[in-house]
Amino acid sequence: MLEQLEGSQAVARAVGMCRPEVIAAYPISPQTHIVEALSDMVRTSDIDPCEYMMVESEFAAMSACIGASAAGARAYTATASQGLLFMAEALYNASGLGLPIVMTLANRAIGAPINIWNDHSDSMSQRDSGWIQLFAETNQEAVDLHIQAFRLAEELSLPVMVCMDGFILTHAFEQVDLPSQDQVDDFLPSFKPRQMLDPAEPMTIGAMVGPEAFTEVKYLMHAKQLQALDAIPEIAADFTEGFGRESGGLVRSYRADDAETIVVALGSVLGTIEDVIDELREQGVKIGALAIKCFRPWPIDEVREALVDADRVIVIEKAFAVGAGGIVGQNVRLALSGCEPTVFDIVAGLGGRPITRKSLRSLFDEVFEGNIEPNRLHFLDLKKDVVEREIGRTENGRNPGPHAENILRDIGTVASDSH
Amino acid sequence: MVTASELLSVAAFDEGRHAQAFPTFGSERTGAPVVSFCRIDDKAIRTREPVSHPDAVIVQDPTLLHQVDLFGGLDPDGYILLNSERGFDELGMGEFISAFQPERVRTMPATAIAREHLGRPLPNSVLLGGFAGLCDLISLDAVTQALRDRFPGKLGDSNTAAATAACEHVRESLTGGVHA
Repeated sequence: MLEQLEGSQAVARAVGMCRPEVIAAYPISPQTHIVEALSDMVRTSDIDPCEYMMVESEFAAMSACIGASAAGARAYTATASQGLLFMAEALYNASGLGLPIVMTLANRAIGAPINIWNDHSDSMSQRDSGWIQLFAETNQEAVDLHIQAFRLAEELSLPVMVCMDGFILTHAFEQVDLPSQDQVDDFLPSFKPRQMLDPAEPMTIGAMVGPEAFTEVKYLMHAKQLQALDAIPEIAADFTEGFGRESGGLVRSYRADDAETIVVALGSVLGTIEDVIDELREQGVKIGALAIKCFRPWPIDEVREALVDADRVIVIEKAFAVGAGGIVGQNVRLALSGCEPTVFDIVAGLGGRPITRKSLRSLFDEVFEGNIEPNRLHFLDLKKDVVEREIGRTENGRNPGPHAENILRDIGTVASDSH
Repeated sequence: MVTASELLSVAAFDEGRHAQAFPTFGSERTGAPVVSFCRIDDKAIRTREPVSHPDAVIVQDPTLLHQVDLFGGLDPDGYILLNSERGFDELGMGEFISAFQPERVRTMPATAIAREHLGRPLPNSVLLGGFAGLCDLISLDAVTQALRDRFPGKLGDSNTAAATAACEHVRESLTGGVHA
């Protein structure tokens, strides 16, 4: 049924309909509304049977999910930012053990400096943790991806992270078509674990593996992740059949058939990008977009196929590898190695800075005019004067003090233009 | 304020339109300036950027007038609804407000109306009702429906009464030609 509600409430309702048996979570902005709503649904037996574990940390949350999943329960958690980092060790255990846990990541920046707003630093920091990573463009897609995520996780016995932009999606009120419980039950069979700890039939999960077999176990992890490249489109197609709308998949092209320029991005910024593309199309500019829906595993063939006929590819990403460059950009370059298109790496929207249509328009103009170097990371809307003043201070003073506090003093505002 | 923009989006949704509401979050402390946005359209809303050129600005706390550029990006044909017992002239805004169309700008004692109907100084419902009276971007019926959905029972009744009184207050000022 179509409803106007907050993204977090919509996701909580969808997760509830997936009938999780154990939810272990620790609140952290901007994920808190999701787990608050879920804990209330457990209290009122709207999710039943289900154990809600109020754990003492994110490390404990993921550890509890690992235990629950290994014992054969459908397990769910949600986190963001530093919370994901605090789980890091357990994330690798969940994926290494092949446990089909589903987690919502309400994407948020990572400190220092501490920042509660949206970017993709958190999910990108764990891109190689062995979790499947799906990115939602809208709250509708966030709902749909969670339903698909449980099925994907359990079919492959792998953990899945559903990434949705913190605040921009989690706290946005917009219309969402929530499915019925019957629809979800038809789509998502009950959990039949591939491996299960059972006192009646004792077995070991998580034995130590030495040099004689470690490579082989890791090879199988890689092979299994790559299977998701087949499973994800199949599940998305099944979803369309059952729910009557398209959601998820590996990639999605927008007005890209004859495009000379294709903009690549992940998550909610695609809506803003598509508005700009429509404006430019009206002026005859041949431009389109490619939405990356699944970042891990990396759909290398689909990305190459979608981009190979373009002259230039502009990657807009909300995170970067400090001292190296773009992250999504590097993956796109890998997909396009030996191919024609020039790739531009743009980092934007860090720590909640709004990505506006105006900024995107001028960025694209700059690219068309040849003013952006393709092999250097470009920061959208960088306040160059602020940076230069701070660099000057560092060069001149013996004890220049911390950058963050110096810059805040220069600018004289705190968080007034953030989002 | 966040609740107000959420309710406005629900009211627009109830009228069969597309709506998107989202807040800005500054430092999370009571009393900090909060801005919340709402877009209403007849087609799906894709953009996620903050609203930089609003059609209407609703101000809950007039003490922000001297702290924040509240009306940046608002065109002269835009709407302004400001919570104050004083008029624009008294607030020192006379010259600024003269650039706008007189029937599209109002101050109203939203906190006082809220006290009267809700017993508490919570002006959200009042401002939404007043906004429905000021322009045809949203109907009073849709606003009161959204209020009843959010606040069941007696709370819904009192919020609906507050919104209705506010709507009438603004409409009277419009027909009376009083530049409140």
